[in-house]
Amino acid sequence: MAEATIPIVEIKDVSKIFQLQDQTINALSGANLAIRKGEFICLIGASGCGKSTLLRIMAGFETPSSGEALMWGKPIDGPGPSRGMVFQDYALFPWLSVRDNIAFGPAARGLSSGEVKATVDKFIDLVGLQKFATAYPHQLSGGMKQRVAIARVLANDAELVLMDEPFGALDAMTRERLQDELLEIWERTRLTVVFVTHSVEEAIFLANRVVVMTPGPGRIESDNALDLARPRDVASPEFNAIRRVLGAKLHSHHGKKAA
Amino acid sequence: MGNPQASALWSRLKPVVYAAIVPLLLLAFWQVATTQRWTLLIPTPWQVGEYMIDFAVGGVYDDAYSATLLTHLLASMGRVYGGFALAALFALPIGLLIGRIPAARMLLDPFLQVMRPIPVTAWLPLSMILFGLGAKSAFALVCLGAFYPILLNTVFGVRAVDPKLFEAAAMLGCTGNAQFYKVVLPAAVPSIFTGLRLGLGLAWFVIVVGEMTGVPQGLGAVIMDGRTLSRTELVICGMIVIGVAGYLSDRVVVAIGNRLLRWSPNNHG
Repeated sequence: MAEATIPIVEIKDVSKIFQLQDQTINALSGANLAIRKGEFICLIGASGCGKSTLLRIMAGFETPSSGEALMWGKPIDGPGPSRGMVFQDYALFPWLSVRDNIAFGPAARGLSSGEVKATVDKFIDLVGLQKFATAYPHQLSGGMKQRVAIARVLANDAELVLMDEPFGALDAMTRERLQDELLEIWERTRLTVVFVTHSVEEAIFLANRVVVMTPGPGRIESDNALDLARPRDVASPEFNAIRRVLGAKLHSHHGKKAA
Repeated sequence: MGNPQASALWSRLKPVVYAAIVPLLLLAFWQVATTQRWTLLIPTPWQVGEYMIDFAVGGVYDDAYSATLLTHLLASMGRVYGGFALAALFALPIGLLIGRIPAARMLLDPFLQVMRPIPVTAWLPLSMILFGLGAKSAFALVCLGAFYPILLNTVFGVRAVDPKLFEAAAMLGCTGNAQFYKVVLPAAVPSIFTGLRLGLGLAWFVIVVGEMTGVPQGLGAVIMDGRTLSRTELVICGMIVIGVAGYLSDRVVVAIGNRLLRWSPNNHG
Protein backbone atom coordinates (compact mmCIF):
# COMPACT_ATOMS: atom_id res chain seq x y z
CA MET A 1 0.00 0.00 0.00
CA ALA A 2 1.36 3.39 -1.03
CA GLU A 3 0.02 5.07 2.06
CA ALA A 4 2.12 2.89 4.27
CA THR A 5 5.32 3.98 2.56
CA ILE A 6 4.77 7.71 2.01
CA PRO A 7 5.17 9.42 5.37
CA ILE A 8 2.30 11.55 6.61
CA VAL A 9 4.81 13.88 8.22
CA GLU A 10 8.46 14.30 7.41
CA ILE A 11 10.92 16.31 9.45
CA LYS A 12 14.09 16.98 7.46
CA ASP A 13 17.12 18.31 9.27
CA VAL A 14 14.99 20.73 11.28
CA SER A 15 16.60 23.18 13.71
CA LYS A 16 14.89 25.79 15.81
CA ILE A 17 16.65 28.71 17.45
CA PHE A 18 14.83 31.05 19.82
CA GLN A 19 16.25 34.53 20.28
CA LEU A 20 15.43 35.85 23.76
CA GLN A 21 16.87 39.34 24.26
CA ASP A 22 20.62 38.65 24.47
CA GLN A 23 20.22 34.89 24.76
CA THR A 24 20.17 32.35 21.94
CA ILE A 25 18.50 29.04 22.67
CA ASN A 26 19.09 26.02 20.45
CA ALA A 27 15.74 24.39 21.13
CA LEU A 28 16.13 21.82 18.38
CA SER A 29 19.12 20.85 16.31
CA GLY A 30 19.22 18.75 13.12
CA ALA A 31 16.12 16.64 13.76
CA ASN A 32 15.08 13.99 11.23
CA LEU A 33 11.89 12.00 11.59
CA ALA A 34 9.38 10.32 9.29
CA ILE A 35 5.95 9.44 10.61
CA ARG A 36 3.79 6.95 8.71
CA LYS A 37 0.03 6.77 8.76
CA GLY A 38 -1.36 4.83 11.70
CA GLU A 39 1.74 5.04 13.84
CA PHE A 40 1.68 5.89 17.53
CA ILE A 41 4.87 7.77 18.26
CA CYS A 42 6.02 9.00 21.63
CA LEU A 43 8.56 11.81 21.93
CA ILE A 44 10.30 11.49 25.24
CA GLY A 45 13.00 13.45 27.02
CA ALA A 46 13.88 15.78 29.87
CA SER A 47 12.73 19.39 29.77
CA GLY A 48 14.64 21.45 27.23
CA CYS A 49 15.17 18.50 24.87
CA GLY A 50 13.01 20.11 22.19
CA LYS A 51 10.17 17.58 22.21
CA SER A 52 7.47 20.21 22.57
CA THR A 53 9.19 22.43 20.00
CA LEU A 54 9.20 19.55 17.52
CA LEU A 55 5.52 18.92 18.20
CA ARG A 56 4.68 22.61 17.78
CA ILE A 57 6.56 22.67 14.47
CA MET A 58 4.39 19.76 13.27
CA ALA A 59 1.31 21.64 14.46
CA GLY A 60 2.41 24.74 12.54
CA PHE A 61 2.63 26.94 15.64
CA GLU A 62 6.38 27.35 15.08
CA THR A 63 8.36 27.48 11.87
CA PRO A 64 11.76 25.78 11.61
CA SER A 65 14.81 28.09 11.68
CA SER A 66 16.32 25.73 9.12
CA GLY A 67 15.30 22.47 7.50
CA GLU A 68 11.87 21.39 6.33
CA ALA A 69 8.68 20.16 7.99
CA LEU A 70 6.42 18.44 5.44
CA MET A 71 2.96 16.93 5.56
CA TRP A 72 2.12 14.64 2.66
CA GLY A 73 5.19 16.12 0.96
CA LYS A 74 4.06 19.75 1.28
CA PRO A 75 5.60 22.28 3.69
CA ILE A 76 3.56 22.78 6.86
CA ASP A 77 2.34 26.35 6.65
CA GLY A 78 0.62 27.36 9.87
CA PRO A 79 -1.84 25.44 12.02
CA GLY A 80 -4.80 23.70 10.42
CA PRO A 81 -7.56 21.18 11.04
CA SER A 82 -5.60 18.27 9.53
CA ARG A 83 -3.32 18.38 12.57
CA GLY A 84 -5.22 18.46 15.86
CA MET A 85 -3.46 19.45 19.05
CA VAL A 86 -4.31 18.26 22.55
CA PHE A 87 -2.75 20.59 25.12
CA GLN A 88 -1.65 19.69 28.63
CA ASP A 89 -3.84 22.43 30.11
CA TYR A 90 -6.78 21.46 27.86
CA ALA A 91 -7.26 24.93 26.25
CA LEU A 92 -11.01 24.37 26.03
CA PHE A 93 -13.16 27.41 25.33
CA PRO A 94 -14.56 28.13 28.82
CA TRP A 95 -17.64 29.93 27.47
CA LEU A 96 -18.75 26.95 25.39
CA SER A 97 -20.49 23.84 26.67
CA VAL A 98 -18.97 20.40 26.06
CA ARG A 99 -21.17 20.08 22.95
CA ASP A 100 -20.19 23.48 21.59
CA ASN A 101 -16.50 22.92 22.25
CA ILE A 102 -16.64 19.77 20.16
CA ALA A 103 -18.76 21.57 17.54
CA PHE A 104 -16.26 24.45 17.26
CA GLY A 105 -14.07 22.86 14.57
CA PRO A 106 -16.85 21.36 12.42
CA ALA A 107 -18.73 24.69 12.57
CA ALA A 108 -15.57 26.65 11.68
CA ARG A 109 -15.13 24.39 8.65
CA GLY A 110 -18.63 25.34 7.50
CA LEU A 111 -20.50 22.05 7.97
CA SER A 112 -24.30 22.35 8.03
CA SER A 113 -25.92 22.39 11.45
CA GLY A 114 -27.28 18.88 10.89
CA GLU A 115 -23.81 17.56 10.05
CA VAL A 116 -22.31 19.35 13.04
CA LYS A 117 -24.91 17.82 15.34
CA ALA A 118 -24.36 14.31 14.01
CA THR A 119 -20.58 14.68 14.33
CA VAL A 120 -20.79 16.03 17.85
CA ASP A 121 -23.16 13.24 18.94
CA LYS A 122 -20.79 10.62 17.56
CA PHE A 123 -17.73 11.94 19.37
CA ILE A 124 -19.50 12.71 22.65
CA ASP A 125 -20.47 9.04 22.61
CA LEU A 126 -16.94 7.97 21.75
CA VAL A 127 -15.48 9.68 24.83
CA GLY A 128 -18.45 8.79 27.05
CA LEU A 129 -19.57 12.31 27.98
CA GLN A 130 -23.25 12.07 27.01
CA LYS A 131 -24.33 13.09 30.50
CA PHE A 132 -22.12 16.17 30.46
CA ALA A 133 -23.03 17.47 27.01
CA THR A 134 -24.40 20.76 28.35
CA ALA A 135 -21.86 21.26 31.14
CA TYR A 136 -19.24 24.01 30.96
CA PRO A 137 -15.52 23.19 31.22
CA HIS A 138 -15.16 24.57 34.76
CA GLN A 139 -17.72 22.02 35.92
CA LEU A 140 -15.64 19.07 34.65
CA SER A 141 -12.79 17.10 36.19
CA GLY A 142 -9.37 17.20 34.52
CA GLY A 143 -9.92 13.79 32.95
CA MET A 144 -13.26 14.84 31.49
CA LYS A 145 -11.75 18.07 30.15
CA GLN A 146 -9.06 16.10 28.37
CA ARG A 147 -11.71 13.79 26.89
CA VAL A 148 -13.46 16.86 25.47
CA ALA A 149 -10.13 18.10 24.06
CA ILE A 150 -9.56 14.74 22.38
CA ALA A 151 -13.13 14.61 21.06
CA ARG A 152 -12.96 18.09 19.53
CA VAL A 153 -9.80 17.16 17.64
CA LEU A 154 -11.29 13.88 16.40
CA ALA A 155 -14.57 15.59 15.48
CA ASN A 156 -12.57 17.86 13.22
CA ASP A 157 -11.31 14.90 11.15
CA ALA A 158 -7.71 15.44 12.17
CA GLU A 159 -5.43 12.96 10.37
CA LEU A 160 -2.66 13.58 12.81
CA VAL A 161 -3.26 14.01 16.53
CA LEU A 162 -0.51 15.87 18.37
CA MET A 163 -0.57 15.50 22.13
CA ASP A 164 1.61 17.67 24.37
CA GLU A 165 1.91 15.86 27.73
CA PRO A 166 -1.87 15.53 27.70
CA PHE A 167 -2.13 13.43 30.84
CA GLY A 168 0.65 15.19 32.77
CA ALA A 169 -1.73 17.14 35.00
CA LEU A 170 -3.97 14.19 35.86
CA ASP A 171 -3.87 11.86 38.85
CA ALA A 172 -2.43 8.37 38.32
CA MET A 173 -5.77 6.51 38.18
CA THR A 174 -7.33 8.92 35.69
CA ARG A 175 -4.16 8.87 33.62
CA GLU A 176 -4.23 5.06 33.31
CA ARG A 177 -7.90 5.12 32.30
CA LEU A 178 -7.30 7.75 29.67
CA GLN A 179 -4.26 5.87 28.34
CA ASP A 180 -6.46 2.79 27.86
CA GLU A 181 -9.20 4.84 26.23
CA LEU A 182 -6.74 6.59 23.93
CA LEU A 183 -5.30 3.25 22.78
CA GLU A 184 -8.79 1.94 22.16
CA ILE A 185 -9.67 5.00 20.05
CA TRP A 186 -6.36 4.74 18.19
CA GLU A 187 -6.91 1.05 17.41
CA ARG A 188 -10.49 1.64 16.31
CA THR A 189 -9.87 4.70 14.12
CA ARG A 190 -6.28 3.97 12.96
CA LEU A 191 -5.31 7.54 13.71
CA THR A 192 -1.76 8.74 13.62
CA VAL A 193 -0.65 10.00 17.01
CA VAL A 194 2.43 11.92 18.12
CA PHE A 195 2.50 12.01 21.89
CA VAL A 196 4.96 14.02 24.00
CA THR A 197 5.66 12.75 27.49
CA HIS A 198 8.44 12.73 30.05
CA SER A 199 7.37 9.35 31.45
CA VAL A 200 9.28 6.35 30.06
CA GLU A 201 6.56 4.05 31.30
CA GLU A 202 3.80 5.99 29.56
CA ALA A 203 5.81 5.99 26.32
CA ILE A 204 6.41 2.23 26.38
CA PHE A 205 2.80 1.54 27.29
CA LEU A 206 1.41 3.58 24.40
CA ALA A 207 3.82 3.80 21.49
CA ASN A 208 4.95 1.61 18.68
CA ARG A 209 7.91 3.92 18.24
CA VAL A 210 9.63 5.82 21.02
CA VAL A 211 11.79 8.76 19.95
CA VAL A 212 14.26 9.60 22.71
CA MET A 213 15.42 13.21 22.80
CA THR A 214 18.18 14.85 24.83
CA PRO A 215 18.73 18.50 25.75
CA GLY A 216 21.53 21.03 25.24
CA PRO A 217 20.97 21.49 22.28
CA GLY A 218 17.69 19.61 21.84
CA ARG A 219 18.16 16.71 19.45
CA ILE A 220 16.91 13.24 18.63
CA GLU A 221 19.07 10.69 20.44
CA SER A 222 17.46 7.54 19.07
CA ASP A 223 14.37 6.20 17.37
CA ASN A 224 13.22 2.93 18.93
CA ALA A 225 10.60 0.64 17.39
CA LEU A 226 8.67 -1.39 19.97
CA ASP A 227 7.08 -4.68 18.99
CA LEU A 228 5.60 -5.60 22.36
CA ALA A 229 2.21 -7.30 22.09
CA ARG A 230 -0.84 -5.29 23.20
CA PRO A 231 -2.37 -4.93 25.71
CA ARG A 232 0.94 -4.26 27.40
CA ASP A 233 1.66 -5.33 30.93
CA VAL A 234 3.75 -2.74 32.76
CA ALA A 235 4.87 -5.42 35.24
CA SER A 236 6.19 -7.88 32.64
CA PRO A 237 9.95 -8.57 32.32
CA GLU A 238 9.90 -7.52 28.65
CA PHE A 239 8.38 -4.18 29.55
CA ASN A 240 11.00 -3.62 32.21
CA ALA A 241 13.85 -4.61 29.94
CA ILE A 242 12.78 -1.94 27.46
CA ARG A 243 12.35 0.53 30.26
CA ARG A 244 15.97 -0.05 31.32
CA VAL A 245 17.31 0.42 27.81
CA LEU A 246 15.32 3.60 27.14
CA GLY A 247 16.09 4.92 30.60
CA ALA A 248 19.81 4.56 29.88
CA LYS A 249 19.45 6.37 26.53
CA LEU A 250 17.46 9.13 28.17
CA HIS A 251 20.25 9.83 30.63
CA SER A 252 23.12 9.33 28.17
CA HIS A 253 23.77 13.05 27.87
CA HIS A 254 24.51 13.27 31.61
CA GLY A 255 27.43 10.88 31.13
CA LYS A 256 28.73 12.94 28.20
CA LYS A 257 28.58 16.14 30.20
CA ALA A 258 30.43 14.60 33.13
CA ALA A 259 33.19 13.22 30.89
CA MET B 1 -29.47 24.07 67.19
CA GLY B 2 -31.24 20.74 67.39
CA ASN B 3 -34.09 21.72 65.13
CA PRO B 4 -33.03 21.40 61.48
CA GLN B 5 -35.91 23.59 60.32
CA ALA B 6 -34.88 26.39 62.64
CA SER B 7 -31.27 26.20 61.54
CA ALA B 8 -32.35 26.25 57.90
CA LEU B 9 -34.40 29.36 58.60
CA TRP B 10 -31.46 30.96 60.40
CA SER B 11 -29.11 30.29 57.51
CA ARG B 12 -31.60 32.09 55.24
CA LEU B 13 -32.03 35.03 57.59
CA LYS B 14 -28.40 35.35 58.62
CA PRO B 15 -27.26 37.52 55.68
CA VAL B 16 -30.23 39.85 56.15
CA VAL B 17 -29.62 40.21 59.88
CA TYR B 18 -25.91 40.82 59.37
CA ALA B 19 -26.55 43.34 56.61
CA ALA B 20 -28.96 45.27 58.85
CA ILE B 21 -26.62 45.68 61.81
CA VAL B 22 -24.46 48.57 60.57
CA PRO B 23 -27.35 50.66 59.15
CA LEU B 24 -29.37 50.17 62.33
CA LEU B 25 -26.43 51.24 64.50
CA LEU B 26 -25.96 54.31 62.33
CA LEU B 27 -29.66 55.08 62.57
CA ALA B 28 -29.55 54.73 66.35
CA PHE B 29 -26.55 57.05 66.53
CA TRP B 30 -28.31 59.55 64.28
CA GLN B 31 -31.41 59.39 66.51
CA VAL B 32 -29.39 59.94 69.67
CA ALA B 33 -27.28 62.71 68.13
CA THR B 34 -30.30 64.67 66.97
CA THR B 35 -32.53 64.16 70.03
CA GLN B 36 -29.63 64.99 72.37
CA ARG B 37 -29.14 68.14 70.28
CA TRP B 38 -25.46 67.49 69.51
CA THR B 39 -26.33 69.16 66.26
CA LEU B 40 -29.16 71.46 65.38
CA LEU B 41 -28.70 71.46 61.64
CA ILE B 42 -29.61 67.84 60.98
CA PRO B 43 -33.21 66.64 61.27
CA THR B 44 -34.09 63.49 63.20
CA PRO B 45 -34.55 60.17 61.38
CA TRP B 46 -38.25 60.46 62.08
CA GLN B 47 -38.47 63.85 60.40
CA VAL B 48 -36.57 62.59 57.40
CA GLY B 49 -38.83 59.53 57.20
CA GLU B 50 -41.87 61.72 57.29
CA TYR B 51 -40.42 63.99 54.69
CA MET B 52 -39.55 61.01 52.50
CA ILE B 53 -43.23 59.99 52.51
CA ASP B 54 -44.22 63.52 51.56
CA PHE B 55 -41.52 63.58 48.87
CA ALA B 56 -42.80 60.29 47.49
CA VAL B 57 -46.59 60.61 47.69
CA GLY B 58 -47.34 64.01 49.25
CA GLY B 59 -50.04 64.75 51.81
CA VAL B 60 -47.84 65.89 54.73
CA TYR B 61 -46.30 69.30 53.96
CA ASP B 62 -47.66 69.86 50.47
CA ASP B 63 -44.85 72.13 49.35
CA ALA B 64 -43.02 72.44 46.03
CA TYR B 65 -41.31 69.07 46.52
CA SER B 66 -44.29 67.02 47.65
CA ALA B 67 -45.00 63.96 45.54
CA THR B 68 -42.20 64.81 43.10
CA LEU B 69 -39.87 61.89 43.85
CA LEU B 70 -40.86 59.95 40.75
CA THR B 71 -40.38 62.97 38.48
CA HIS B 72 -36.88 63.62 39.83
CA LEU B 73 -35.98 59.94 39.88
CA LEU B 74 -37.05 59.46 36.26
CA ALA B 75 -35.15 62.59 35.21
CA SER B 76 -31.99 61.31 36.88
CA MET B 77 -32.47 57.77 35.58
CA GLY B 78 -32.77 59.16 32.06
CA ARG B 79 -29.43 60.92 32.45
CA VAL B 80 -27.75 58.00 34.21
CA TYR B 81 -28.78 55.37 31.66
CA GLY B 82 -28.50 57.73 28.70
CA GLY B 83 -25.03 58.90 29.71
CA PHE B 84 -24.02 55.34 30.49
CA ALA B 85 -25.26 54.08 27.13
CA LEU B 86 -23.42 56.84 25.31
CA ALA B 87 -20.25 56.03 27.29
CA ALA B 88 -20.57 52.34 26.39
CA LEU B 89 -21.12 53.26 22.75
CA PHE B 90 -17.75 55.04 22.66
CA ALA B 91 -15.76 53.05 25.21
CA LEU B 92 -16.46 49.54 23.84
CA PRO B 93 -15.20 50.04 20.27
CA ILE B 94 -12.29 52.24 21.39
CA GLY B 95 -11.39 49.63 24.01
CA LEU B 96 -11.49 46.83 21.43
CA LEU B 97 -9.29 48.87 19.10
CA ILE B 98 -6.73 49.74 21.79
CA GLY B 99 -6.69 46.15 23.01
CA ARG B 100 -6.23 44.54 19.59
CA ILE B 101 -4.36 47.04 17.40
CA PRO B 102 -0.90 48.22 18.53
CA ALA B 103 -1.11 51.39 16.42
CA ALA B 104 -4.40 52.37 18.09
CA ARG B 105 -2.83 51.69 21.45
CA MET B 106 0.18 53.93 20.71
CA LEU B 107 -2.11 56.63 19.34
CA LEU B 108 -4.75 56.74 22.08
CA ASP B 109 -3.43 55.14 25.23
CA PRO B 110 -1.05 57.95 26.39
CA PHE B 111 -3.68 60.61 25.74
CA LEU B 112 -6.39 58.72 27.62
CA GLN B 113 -4.06 57.95 30.52
CA VAL B 114 -3.46 61.69 30.98
CA MET B 115 -7.16 62.54 30.68
CA ARG B 116 -8.28 59.81 33.04
CA PRO B 117 -7.15 61.31 36.39
CA ILE B 118 -9.07 64.54 35.74
CA PRO B 119 -12.15 64.26 37.95
CA VAL B 120 -15.62 64.85 36.58
CA THR B 121 -16.02 67.79 38.96
CA ALA B 122 -13.11 69.51 37.25
CA TRP B 123 -14.89 69.17 33.93
CA LEU B 124 -18.00 70.90 35.27
CA PRO B 125 -17.18 74.51 34.24
CA LEU B 126 -15.86 73.50 30.85
CA SER B 127 -18.84 71.27 30.26
CA MET B 128 -21.18 74.16 30.98
CA ILE B 129 -19.30 76.33 28.50
CA LEU B 130 -19.31 73.62 25.84
CA PHE B 131 -22.80 72.22 26.32
CA GLY B 132 -24.57 75.08 28.06
CA LEU B 133 -26.52 75.09 31.31
CA GLY B 134 -28.87 72.16 31.57
CA ALA B 135 -29.51 68.62 30.54
CA LYS B 136 -26.93 68.27 27.76
CA SER B 137 -24.16 69.20 30.14
CA ALA B 138 -25.41 66.75 32.79
CA PHE B 139 -25.56 64.04 30.17
CA ALA B 140 -21.99 64.72 29.06
CA LEU B 141 -20.61 64.62 32.61
CA VAL B 142 -22.33 61.33 33.44
CA CYS B 143 -21.05 59.92 30.16
CA LEU B 144 -17.52 61.00 31.02
CA GLY B 145 -17.76 59.39 34.47
CA ALA B 146 -18.86 56.04 33.05
CA PHE B 147 -16.41 56.09 30.13
CA TYR B 148 -13.08 55.11 31.72
CA PRO B 149 -14.05 52.00 33.68
CA ILE B 150 -15.76 50.57 30.58
CA LEU B 151 -12.77 51.46 28.41
CA LEU B 152 -10.09 50.12 30.75
CA ASN B 153 -11.86 46.84 31.45
CA THR B 154 -12.54 46.29 27.75
CA VAL B 155 -8.86 46.84 26.95
CA PHE B 156 -7.86 44.50 29.75
CA GLY B 157 -10.39 41.87 28.65
CA VAL B 158 -9.22 41.67 25.05
CA ARG B 159 -5.55 41.76 26.01
CA ALA B 160 -5.82 39.08 28.68
CA VAL B 161 -7.14 36.30 26.42
CA ASP B 162 -5.22 33.08 27.08
CA PRO B 163 -2.84 32.72 24.07
CA LYS B 164 -3.48 28.96 24.11
CA LEU B 165 -7.06 29.65 23.02
CA PHE B 166 -5.82 31.30 19.82
CA GLU B 167 -3.71 28.22 19.10
CA ALA B 168 -6.66 25.96 19.87
CA ALA B 169 -8.90 27.95 17.53
CA ALA B 170 -6.26 27.99 14.79
CA MET B 171 -5.70 24.24 14.86
CA LEU B 172 -9.48 23.76 14.67
CA GLY B 173 -9.58 25.82 11.48
CA CYS B 174 -10.58 29.21 12.87
CA THR B 175 -7.96 31.77 11.83
CA GLY B 176 -7.54 35.49 11.16
CA ASN B 177 -10.47 37.81 11.69
CA ALA B 178 -12.83 34.96 12.59
CA GLN B 179 -10.83 34.58 15.81
CA PHE B 180 -11.96 38.04 16.86
CA TYR B 181 -15.61 36.98 16.98
CA LYS B 182 -15.06 33.37 18.03
CA VAL B 183 -12.33 33.86 20.64
CA VAL B 184 -11.51 37.46 21.59
CA LEU B 185 -15.05 38.73 22.13
CA PRO B 186 -16.44 35.83 24.15
CA ALA B 187 -13.25 35.60 26.22
CA ALA B 188 -13.43 39.32 26.99
CA VAL B 189 -17.10 39.31 27.98
CA PRO B 190 -16.50 38.90 31.75
CA SER B 191 -14.11 41.87 31.82
CA ILE B 192 -16.34 43.96 29.60
CA PHE B 193 -19.21 43.15 31.88
CA THR B 194 -17.23 44.21 34.94
CA GLY B 195 -16.47 47.47 33.13
CA LEU B 196 -20.14 48.06 32.36
CA ARG B 197 -21.09 47.35 35.96
CA LEU B 198 -18.47 49.77 37.30
CA GLY B 199 -19.43 52.31 34.65
CA LEU B 200 -23.08 52.23 35.60
CA GLY B 201 -22.15 52.54 39.27
CA LEU B 202 -20.04 55.59 38.47
CA ALA B 203 -22.86 57.08 36.39
CA TRP B 204 -25.00 57.07 39.55
CA PHE B 205 -22.01 58.31 41.49
CA VAL B 206 -21.53 61.44 39.35
CA ILE B 207 -25.21 62.25 38.80
CA VAL B 208 -25.20 64.97 41.47
CA VAL B 209 -22.23 66.70 39.85
CA GLY B 210 -23.91 66.26 36.49
CA GLU B 211 -27.03 67.95 37.80
CA MET B 212 -25.11 70.87 39.28
CA THR B 213 -25.35 72.31 35.80
CA GLY B 214 -28.66 74.01 36.47
CA VAL B 215 -31.18 71.40 35.45
CA PRO B 216 -34.61 71.94 37.02
CA GLN B 217 -35.32 68.25 37.71
CA GLY B 218 -33.34 65.32 38.96
CA LEU B 219 -32.15 63.96 42.29
CA GLY B 220 -28.93 65.93 42.04
CA ALA B 221 -30.93 69.08 41.39
CA VAL B 222 -33.07 68.32 44.48
CA ILE B 223 -29.94 67.97 46.59
CA MET B 224 -28.49 71.23 45.25
CA ASP B 225 -31.83 72.99 45.92
CA GLY B 226 -31.91 71.51 49.41
CA ARG B 227 -28.48 72.96 50.05
CA THR B 228 -29.43 76.40 48.77
CA LEU B 229 -32.68 76.42 50.77
CA SER B 230 -31.00 74.95 53.88
CA ARG B 231 -33.48 72.08 53.79
CA THR B 232 -31.28 69.30 55.05
CA GLU B 233 -34.12 66.75 55.10
CA LEU B 234 -34.46 67.27 51.34
CA VAL B 235 -30.72 66.67 50.89
CA ILE B 236 -30.85 63.46 52.92
CA CYS B 237 -33.92 62.20 51.07
CA GLY B 238 -32.16 62.78 47.76
CA MET B 239 -29.09 60.90 49.02
CA ILE B 240 -31.15 57.94 50.17
CA VAL B 241 -33.04 57.71 46.87
CA ILE B 242 -29.76 57.80 44.89
CA GLY B 243 -28.30 55.08 47.12
CA VAL B 244 -31.32 52.80 46.78
CA ALA B 245 -31.73 53.40 43.05
CA GLY B 246 -28.02 52.80 42.41
CA TYR B 247 -28.13 49.64 44.48
CA LEU B 248 -31.20 48.22 42.72
CA SER B 249 -29.74 49.12 39.36
CA ASP B 250 -26.55 47.22 40.26
CA ARG B 251 -28.51 44.16 41.43
CA VAL B 252 -30.26 43.99 38.07
CA VAL B 253 -26.90 44.16 36.28
CA VAL B 254 -25.48 41.43 38.52
CA ALA B 255 -28.50 39.21 37.86
CA ILE B 256 -28.06 39.67 34.11
CA GLY B 257 -24.35 38.92 34.51
CA ASN B 258 -24.97 35.73 36.44
CA ARG B 259 -27.23 34.49 33.66
CA LEU B 260 -24.98 35.58 30.85
CA LEU B 261 -21.77 34.34 32.46
CA ARG B 262 -22.91 30.99 33.78
CA TRP B 263 -19.84 29.50 32.13
CA SER B 264 -17.41 31.62 34.11
CA PRO B 265 -16.13 30.14 37.38
CA ASN B 266 -15.20 33.65 38.60
CA ASN B 267 -18.55 35.23 38.13
CA HIS B 268 -20.96 34.69 40.95
CA GLY B 269 -21.63 38.20 42.21
